[in-house]
Amino acid sequence: MSLTHLKKLEAESIHILRETVAECEKPVMMYSIGKDSAVMLHLARKAFFPGRLPFPLLHVDTTWKFKEMISFRDETARRIGAELIVHTNQDGVKQGITPFGAGSRIYTDVMKTEGLKQALNLYGFDAAFGGARRDEEKSRAKERIFSFRNADHRWDPKNQRPEPWKLYNTYKKQGESIRVFPLSNWTEMDVWTYIQIESIPVVPLYFAKPRPVVRRSGALIMVDDQRLPLEPNEVPEMKTVRFRTLGCYPLTGAIESEADTLDDILVEMRESRSSERQGRLIDHDGTASMEKKKQEGYF
Amino acid sequence: MSNSRESPSILRSVHPATPDKTLLRFITCGSVDDGKSSLIGRILFESGSVPDDQLATLAQDSKKFGTQGDNHDYALLVDGLLAEREQGITIDVAYRYFSTRNRAFIVADTPGHEQYTRNMATGASNAELAIILVDARKGILPQTRRHSFIVSMMGVKHVVVAINKMDLVEYSPFIFNTIEKSYREIAASLNIPYVTVIPVSALNGDNIATRSDNTPWYHGPTLIDHLETIEISTSTSSARFALPVQWVNRPDANFRGFSGQIASGHVKHGDRITVLPSKRDAVISRIVTFDGDLDQAEAGQSVTLVLDREIDISRGDVLALSDNLVGTAKSVEAQILWMSAEPLQIEKSYLAKIGAVTLPVNISRSETALDIESFAERSVPVIDLNTIFLSRVTFDRIIPVERYDDMRDLGSFILVDRITHEVAALGIVHALEMPAIINSSKSGTRSVRPTYEPLRRSYLKTASFAASSLILGLSITLLSLALAIGTPYAIGIFALVEILLFFGLERLWARTNRGLQVEASVLSAGEGI
Repeated sequence: MSLTHLKKLEAESIHILRETVAECEKPVMMYSIGKDSAVMLHLARKAFFPGRLPFPLLHVDTTWKFKEMISFRDETARRIGAELIVHTNQDGVKQGITPFGAGSRIYTDVMKTEGLKQALNLYGFDAAFGGARRDEEKSRAKERIFSFRNADHRWDPKNQRPEPWKLYNTYKKQGESIRVFPLSNWTEMDVWTYIQIESIPVVPLYFAKPRPVVRRSGALIMVDDQRLPLEPNEVPEMKTVRFRTLGCYPLTGAIESEADTLDDILVEMRESRSSERQGRLIDHDGTASMEKKKQEGYF
Repeated sequence: MSNSRESPSILRSVHPATPDKTLLRFITCGSVDDGKSSLIGRILFESGSVPDDQLATLAQDSKKFGTQGDNHDYALLVDGLLAEREQGITIDVAYRYFSTRNRAFIVADTPGHEQYTRNMATGASNAELAIILVDARKGILPQTRRHSFIVSMMGVKHVVVAINKMDLVEYSPFIFNTIEKSYREIAASLNIPYVTVIPVSALNGDNIATRSDNTPWYHGPTLIDHLETIEISTSTSSARFALPVQWVNRPDANFRGFSGQIASGHVKHGDRITVLPSKRDAVISRIVTFDGDLDQAEAGQSVTLVLDREIDISRGDVLALSDNLVGTAKSVEAQILWMSAEPLQIEKSYLAKIGAVTLPVNISRSETALDIESFAERSVPVIDLNTIFLSRVTFDRIIPVERYDDMRDLGSFILVDRITHEVAALGIVHALEMPAIINSSKSGTRSVRPTYEPLRRSYLKTASFAASSLILGLSITLLSLALAIGTPYAIGIFALVEILLFFGLERLWARTNRGLQVEASVLSAGEGI
């Protein structure tokens, strides 16, 4: 009997999670509330069962997440009895930085990247799990599973540690840290199939439902609260939409879809002809923009 | 044990999907010019793995960076980093994913140029199959030999030789056959057991996903067909059981489990196990997973074992079956690939990570390295980046370890520089050097000499060279003897010739015995390679 590919991926991820906890002083799990985080969290529970998670969850809250994400986050932490740390870059809030006006680039720098670095420094975490997958984006395809960061949290794509077999080098100096990606080898399809097989709860925003949206630069933006400034000619309309990927609501495009069950989502994905990050406005800031963000410390 | 699971509040449908795909990991080896990125891009495209928006980006990028005029440059789908686009090369190991109906694939895209041996070895370490690209116009190049050597060294048993750019040689069966024949000779000398050769054009898609009309003389599978159907023999689940303990799970006073991924073999509830290296015995009382206890578990699974008694076990120990123990040793013979820009310094202490153990080691000096083009030994002044050499590695204590061929997870290691924290090298265990207990009923040591095709060949060559000299010497002796008859100086000449011959033979046989000292020049003189 040979293990199926999902069983192999699961076993590999569990190995990575355990290896990190065994070798690092103070790990933390970046919990971004989306489907990848849901799978990563589920795998972590498997890795340390029957014990509880040996690390806290960290959510870097930009204050612009969907309301349903926040309630799902709190409910999840309660349900599994995990310690949840929520960090917001208060400097950014004071400066009044929003996803509008200044442009998504500065907003992402300040609220996400800076917010994340603040939290890691504040608590002194030396390893942070992230749910990124190599199939998401080209620069991620080259990143190691254990991705080394210098004291300024910078990633150097030309100076990565070789990772033969499953032997991970976790040695680092004071101040340096490691980002660990247990889902590196998973694809979007693997994630959804696994969510279905394992009955993993996910944010309802992934399922189609009539929601108020406006169309901006080709993307459908949900009017999640009163803060979204509407142009004079913009009128929110109800459309049956869902999200393939979840981030800050003003920067996350919905797709028109009728898929309101996991089966439908899987069918839609098989027929889908666009990639999941298409709805993410920040990826299109410039050629290889993700690579630049990553070098500066973004996940 | 499924009571630990929540009822799915949000899921409205829980039909089991059809996820029974198998997984195949492979690497692609070739140089920039062989069209390797184009081949991977083409495979991704043909298997329907490129979404529309990425195709749109591809169309844009092809105009900007592409080398294929108005056509899509599929290479751009996989050449990710900015620096690479500028230089038009692939600089590191990149991973790609695609799947077909029955199989999911993970592709390690490894660079082809010479200085990146270490990246290729890294990519090959987890691969079950390798695609080696050969440019039909150029045939077998030194780099083809290098790639094949690394593939063989890392234990990849299945090789596909994709003879690319067949369109540029008018799909000539003669060229194809010539290259295939030469390649099979290389594969034989490197002990690569399974070789499939396919004529392709990555640019035009010939024999990638669909059989090409341009090669009516070719009757084998297309590349994707072959990848989809090839059976990779996994002997690991039939081998002896080993679980390197990664993490001791002790959530409270009532539970104490030993977590790890099974390296090899399988284990059942009730099996008697021995902890290595301490050699204490216990019986498995539970095999715990989040999805409930298991009756048995096999290689590749990540599990938590609970034992029937309290014994001291910590991270790095190995649980093995008592009647089929894995080996233990304090030193091993290993083949090492140096991966750091800083050369090996013998006096420096390195850390080895092997399984879940990390410990200080000493590396013996080596004055020779393996030439990965000629597969012969050559002397080297220093061990530096990309040097491959045989060495004795001595640990600071006895640890569980196996030969790489017998058990990958316990036969492979990395060396970490204690000061820079760099990964200095990777290593492959060829032999355990200390008497190791296999089984209390089967006594014996397991000190196995490394079996190394190039080395064995050099022994044989030297021996035959020496033997032929012996025959030559004898004939000269006879000649001298004949000449000697009748002249007074004959006895003197006879003695002189004898002494010279004897000295020559002694040198030759000394070389044969020492083996490692045989120089490439002697070899080429002997066999004309």
